[in-house]
Amino acid sequence: MKQEQEITPEIIRNHNLSDQEFRKIKKILGRLPNLTELGIFSVMWSEHCSYKSSKKWLQTLPTKAPWVICGPGENAGIVDAKDNDAIVFKMESHNHPSFIEPFQGAATGVGGILRDVFTMGARPVANMNVLKFGSPDHPKTRHLVSGVSAGIGSYGNCVGIPTVGGECEFHKSYNGNILVNAMTVGLAKKNKIFYSKAKGENNPVVYVGSKTGRDGIHGATMASAEFDDAAEKKRPTVQVGDPFVEKLLLEACLELMKTDAIVAIQDMGAAGFTSSSFEMASKGNCGIEINLDKVPLREKSMTPYEIMLSESQERMLMVIKSGHEKKAKRIFKKWELEFAVVGRLTNSGRMILRMNNQKAADLPIKPLVSSAPFYNRPWKKPSIQKKLTAKKPPPQKHMNKILLQLLGSTSICSKEWVWEQYDHMVMTDTLQSPGGDSAVVRIHGTNKGIAISTDSKPRYCIADPEEGGVQIVAETWRNLTAVGATPLAITDNLNFGNPEKKEIMGQFVCCIKGIKKACTKLKFPVVSGNVSFYNETNNLGILPTPVIGGIGILKDFRKHISYGFKESGDTIMILGTTKGHVGSSIYLKEIEKKEEGAPPKVDLDAEKQNGDFVRKLIEAGMITACHDVSDGGVAVTVAEMTLSKKIGATIALPKKKNIPSYAWLFGEDQSRYIITTKNPAPILKKAKNKRIPLYVLGKTGGDMLVFGDEIAISLRDVRESHEKWLPKYMKGKN
Amino acid sequence: MKCAVIVLPGSNCDRDIAVALRKVSGKKVSMIWHKETKIPKLDLIVIPGGFSYGDYLRSGAMAAHSPVIREVVSHSKKGALVLGICNGFQILTESGLLPGVLLRNASLKFICRNVHLRVESINNPFTKGYTKKQTVKIPIAHGDGNYFINKNGIKEIEDNEQIAFRYCNAKGEINTESNPNGSLMNIAGILNRNKNVLGMMPHPERVSDKFTGGSDGEILFQGIVEGLSK
Repeated sequence: MKQEQEITPEIIRNHNLSDQEFRKIKKILGRLPNLTELGIFSVMWSEHCSYKSSKKWLQTLPTKAPWVICGPGENAGIVDAKDNDAIVFKMESHNHPSFIEPFQGAATGVGGILRDVFTMGARPVANMNVLKFGSPDHPKTRHLVSGVSAGIGSYGNCVGIPTVGGECEFHKSYNGNILVNAMTVGLAKKNKIFYSKAKGENNPVVYVGSKTGRDGIHGATMASAEFDDAAEKKRPTVQVGDPFVEKLLLEACLELMKTDAIVAIQDMGAAGFTSSSFEMASKGNCGIEINLDKVPLREKSMTPYEIMLSESQERMLMVIKSGHEKKAKRIFKKWELEFAVVGRLTNSGRMILRMNNQKAADLPIKPLVSSAPFYNRPWKKPSIQKKLTAKKPPPQKHMNKILLQLLGSTSICSKEWVWEQYDHMVMTDTLQSPGGDSAVVRIHGTNKGIAISTDSKPRYCIADPEEGGVQIVAETWRNLTAVGATPLAITDNLNFGNPEKKEIMGQFVCCIKGIKKACTKLKFPVVSGNVSFYNETNNLGILPTPVIGGIGILKDFRKHISYGFKESGDTIMILGTTKGHVGSSIYLKEIEKKEEGAPPKVDLDAEKQNGDFVRKLIEAGMITACHDVSDGGVAVTVAEMTLSKKIGATIALPKKKNIPSYAWLFGEDQSRYIITTKNPAPILKKAKNKRIPLYVLGKTGGDMLVFGDEIAISLRDVRESHEKWLPKYMKGKN
Repeated sequence: MKCAVIVLPGSNCDRDIAVALRKVSGKKVSMIWHKETKIPKLDLIVIPGGFSYGDYLRSGAMAAHSPVIREVVSHSKKGALVLGICNGFQILTESGLLPGVLLRNASLKFICRNVHLRVESINNPFTKGYTKKQTVKIPIAHGDGNYFINKNGIKEIEDNEQIAFRYCNAKGEINTESNPNGSLMNIAGILNRNKNVLGMMPHPERVSDKFTGGSDGEILFQGIVEGLSK
């Protein structure tokens, strides 16, 4: 075995390995590792790759349903869309790199998640993203917003996959750790799905895509540690993306997938060559021998350590059937990509790396994977915010002002400045663009549609992690329902601080409990996901930010519905119960400058009942618009509905004043939808029969937004408040 | 009538155009790979949008030197219709088939949105399905769409009725507010002198289906196909 240099305690520490973990390594090998082997252990056992702190809890999530084809553990999750169509999707974070180098960090985040999806044989059809930035007045925020949005756009636009929606929010807890979570949805044929399980002794191991360089070495380890003030020095660990090569790689892989050459395929994502080769071999109980001299290199004299740990982008590792090398090579050469047979599968159960006729590493595969650390981290039940009761009388400000201020707030205002940089129309199947409750894309050449929604609510999750966990799943389910889709499954991206702290681990555990509860009740399983811990700088963690990406299906895409008012004279109704819940609301945060109070509780029975009811109305073509009631309550929801067609509304406030007006207007009670219809009578009758709370609010029409005698605003003011903040901010004018 | 779409490495609107063309013509649309050095006689060649060769040099600059584009140039000289959309337009200016250049958007940002266009000329095989001065809604999606040409050039293309489309507002008014990218005189699409080559930044193939945007772009393909079928 080649021993490059002595393994000192400092080297071990720099690889983020604990003393206990190092002892385990020595026990597995029966000797000291060399540097390459140590590097391999460190990335395979990093939090990012091994899920060592989260696995215990992730295992509790529901992952099965009759329509689930593939759950967690593969490159992405897969659900059945009938007629041999399968929807492949996953969300992944690229938080740490995006903070250090926003453009490339965000771009390669998109690249990585695209590969996760097309590795499985799917053509990506839509991208989404969830972005969390620090306070707008933090000196770095503007630069980060600008870099991240341009980076996401540049990658998706160039590959030619529409970016159809997402979220963008600001909060001071992200000052030192922004969040960039990217999601890709792809379409495959159910009988042509590709997995990463290697098999067949002597089958060739093939490297395709870009050459390997020195970029991104130890990216996975970086993403498993906190930042300090010197975070910028980690810039060399950020990868550089080449979306053009990604597009070629996508086309080449899909072309090869039409043949029967591929046995297993895995993208080289975090921890590059190391994790892709280990995962393929360990899933198939194989051994693998790699000749590192054959790996296409961008730079001269790279060491085995560097080759194995590089995170150069746009690369894939495949096992193909022996004898199919020529056919495969022809396709990759047509697309002008690297193609190299770098090794063979063996039955030894070991990974053996050779370079310059010397053994560079010799590791047992199963023990390395199966004895990966598994921590039952201690956790403390987080303190939970107490329930607030809406005050009477209402606060001093005039309701007009409050509504306009909410519409212009960083949470609610239009994010068009960001998503206008994303090509959301390429592939010409986009039915609902960014800004709606869910994005909707048609399954090309069919009458089916896929609805996609991404949701997070960190302010609820900090106030009560378990209720927050329930709420985000319910909100995703609701958003999919609001366009007429039947929700199928979710991917989750769990962004938290340092799990070695009991409080943070407690947030994580309780959020998972909430997610589990809602997923189980709504039959909305988790089929893929990602955990991002250590989102901390100088000991300060982010708000607990689990993010849900949900998928729903429309049997007939022509029935999908959008949230804008369609015509004057329609009747506006509210479905669901309004109690005036103001705790942890946007109203409280923006107007009273308080981030406190229990978040609204979701009654999952009511959620299901209301959602199923509204979906049936949409399918029957009985309503003209539908919008879920979310941030800012009824008033903001109705205001948003006036925007697209500039149609106003007149709403009567409830006669019985058991709820203060401001709480009725801006409270965030759950499981509610605002709907419009030309013919309210049959809907009201149906609701009455099913004992579903449904009330007439008023009518659409005019150029004003009126709520009883509390609010009267011109549509021009509504629109201006909603649109002006972000562009002005990005110009540096506020 | 024979139509083809050029596929360059990095093209990504090739399928969208083929779908739109097939829909109006009912005929097969052939896809031509960028390495082709001989292409058969064709009535219409479309160069699609995308990021040919990654567009890491000036947009369209690399593609303009690819084997297939040389063939496109020679076919256009023989009278075949050539339509370049978005990156296709950039390639046409880079290859010299169309005058002027496409600079970085004035905002320096990539912009994807619906815009209004005023049809400035219908005296050509591409836009005759429209009425003169008609306002249509067709989306743009580009980072380099800021059309520029020198003084003599602008006079020439004006005199020769080579301006096909200009950005305007919903009322058809052409002004600075309705100019999304800083293009000279709000120019969105131009023809060559012989009127058999059209380059445009907006994407008509994205408004060729009532479910996904409308039919303002379909009119363009219909006009072309009807003319060729005669």
